[in-house]
Amino acid sequence: MRDVAIVGAAITKFGELWQQSLRALAVEASLAALKDAGVDHVDALYVGAMSGGLLVGQEHLGALLADALGQSHIAATRVEGACASGGLALRQGFLAVASGAAEVVLVTGVEKMTDVDGVVATDVLATAADQEWEAMHGVTFPGLYAMMARAHMQRFGTSARALASVAAKNHAHGIKNPQAQFALRLTADDVLSSAMVADPLHALECAPISDGAAALVLVPATKAMQLSKRLVVHIAASAQAGDTMMLAGRASLSELAGVARAGALAYQQAGKGPTDIAVCEVHDCFTIAEIMATEALGFFEPGQAAAAVEAGVTSLGGRLPINTSGGLKARGHPVGATGVAQAVEIVTQLRGEAGARQVAGARVGMTQNMGGTGATAVVHILEVR
Amino acid sequence: MSTARGYREYPQRYRYEAAVCDGCGKWHFPPRLICDACKSETFTPRAMRRTGTILTHTVVHAAASAFADQAPYAVAIVEMDDGPRVTMQVVDWRTGELKSGQRVKLEFRRISEAGPAGTITYGYKAVPMSLLA
Ligand SMILES: [Zn+2]
Repeated sequence: MRDVAIVGAAITKFGELWQQSLRALAVEASLAALKDAGVDHVDALYVGAMSGGLLVGQEHLGALLADALGQSHIAATRVEGACASGGLALRQGFLAVASGAAEVVLVTGVEKMTDVDGVVATDVLATAADQEWEAMHGVTFPGLYAMMARAHMQRFGTSARALASVAAKNHAHGIKNPQAQFALRLTADDVLSSAMVADPLHALECAPISDGAAALVLVPATKAMQLSKRLVVHIAASAQAGDTMMLAGRASLSELAGVARAGALAYQQAGKGPTDIAVCEVHDCFTIAEIMATEALGFFEPGQAAAAVEAGVTSLGGRLPINTSGGLKARGHPVGATGVAQAVEIVTQLRGEAGARQVAGARVGMTQNMGGTGATAVVHILEVR
Repeated sequence: MSTARGYREYPQRYRYEAAVCDGCGKWHFPPRLICDACKSETFTPRAMRRTGTILTHTVVHAAASAFADQAPYAVAIVEMDDGPRVTMQVVDWRTGELKSGQRVKLEFRRISEAGPAGTITYGYKAVPMSLLA
């Protein structure tokens, strides 16, 4: 396997972007990433998108994007793993370059969610759950995470206020990210006084419905210097693991075992451990998801993450800033774009270009992206050497 | 839900029919085609006992579209006395009964309104046992 580098990274504004189509968003991010890298051709592209079919009535997104980029002749593949689609696309791009199958690969994540109303979007997101045995009984996506939150609260005494402080922290970070959907200061009290979506999760604990795209350019590390003038960011690890499709099938409802497996594989690949990570983007589709993900990745002992958030450990300026971009909560969560957007944020941090949200001296960062209730888990470690 | 899909799921939704692994004896609900414990591909269908215990729950306020008329409604993961853990609604609960450890019995109820195929979906919901006493 060849060492793989990221030499281009770009992200569109996230939000309710009524002026822009799925195609326009994907092209905007892709062209910006290619321009950032300074490359004018790609051998292959991977598009991460969850549900073009249900959200805008368009599938076959690989060919669509390749053609829209004026490169209809290249190998173009769409990758789907619910909310992990973007992370999986990055991993497929990594594997294509690492294996020698391609030299220059474009990875683009995109989702256009606001052409449908919120009820339809909720139903579409619920397709990440088992339709026959979970969704069939009326459980929504927030409902599944709410049941995980309650299990975590029962086992560890995690408080509703600690969960709310995750959202408050990520919104504080999001204010410093010009691409974020929301520039909104929120307190834990604001979060706790918002409407209940699925008890114990409030509206302001749930990632929003968003439009947006993000893109990366991958090349072999040995050729990075000749292909691009950008600082080389190495993909030190690309790991994927799984868990049961249904939440009910898990031995533990208060742990993300698939994320823990992917994390362990990533640390092993990179020859690193949790204390080597300077900045991390995790999949905070709900507040409880960030708590459980940071425990699964070994940053905190099970049951200890909530206290760490309340103590500011994961805030900018803390020992391990988590979700400096604002996370899914404040940056926005166009589902297929999210896994790629996370890597764009870490690349930006490792290049030292994160401006007001820069983590000083960060040389190693991590991204954690998951689909469904964690049945698909993907973790990347990025590094400047 | 389509009529054909509804028909396929009758044994589980109407009779709580699990697949008991011929290799290791594990109860699977919903049934599987290969055992995740021992990889056996042969099973014997057996109806589950209709009793279980709530492990975790939520009250859904922002409903899925087919359930809009029922919101807010409770959903739980119930560990059945025969072993399988199953997601289902909890109904007819009184204050204090929606909690982990609560004993429940499955009852046959209407699940959701008529969908595109015009069929009303029926199946199991959990009812706290104390109410039935
Ligand atoms: Zn078996």
